[in-house]
Amino acid sequence: MLSCKEAAQLVSQGLDRRLAFGERVALRLHLLVCDGCTHFKKQTAFLRKAMKRLADS
Amino acid sequence: MKSFRSQVEAERPYLLRYASLQLRDAHAAEDVVQEALLAALAGEAGFGGRSNLRTWLTGILKHKIVDAIRRLSRETAVAADDEGLEALFDERGHWVDPPRDWDDPDGLLEQKQLRAALEECLRRLPDKTAHVFMMREHLGYETPEICKELGLTPTHCWVLLYRARVALRECLQQNWFSK
Repeated sequence: MLSCKEAAQLVSQGLDRRLAFGERVALRLHLLVCDGCTHFKKQTAFLRKAMKRLADS
Repeated sequence: MKSFRSQVEAERPYLLRYASLQLRDAHAAEDVVQEALLAALAGEAGFGGRSNLRTWLTGILKHKIVDAIRRLSRETAVAADDEGLEALFDERGHWVDPPRDWDDPDGLLEQKQLRAALEECLRRLPDKTAHVFMMREHLGYETPEICKELGLTPTHCWVLLYRARVALRECLQQNWFSK
């Protein structure tokens, strides 16, 4: 089982590279049971959108 | 019909804002914008009205910004970027203060204040972290290109991007979503 620290790193890397199959499975399992990391994932996606908005305006 | 020169000149404030956000240094920003405008005036034929003027100028500016970031990053030590993140997780790797749910963040995207808060949080990032993050999320480069431009390993790039996201998330949580 991934720790939150490892899961958060994978969430971030998932925005920059294609995760390996094993990484994706491990991350998905972790996110199923962890609200903190699920929020982290949503918030990094939000950051990307907000940055895009900043760049476009 | 306005002259090409005055049309280009009218975009200067926009370009300055764009470059300042990336470079975090007013002088460096003015320098790159000046270089970009000169290049644009010299290359008027390359524009030919094919695309939007601002888009074309921003494209030229991006190259100048990346050159400047490359110069700056040679002068910036990475060590100073390390502080502060360890405290987010305990020794077993659990969040000390797990991220809470943000209420309707997408609705907030429209708000001017969010933009100001985000810009303030970006200014607080350490230089190298900010440069890599801005190249990724603001200029839209892929990670391998960033690594190559800045002479970093992919792992190092991912670490810096991770640090930027964690720090920005923390900063927005404290300065925006808690209020």
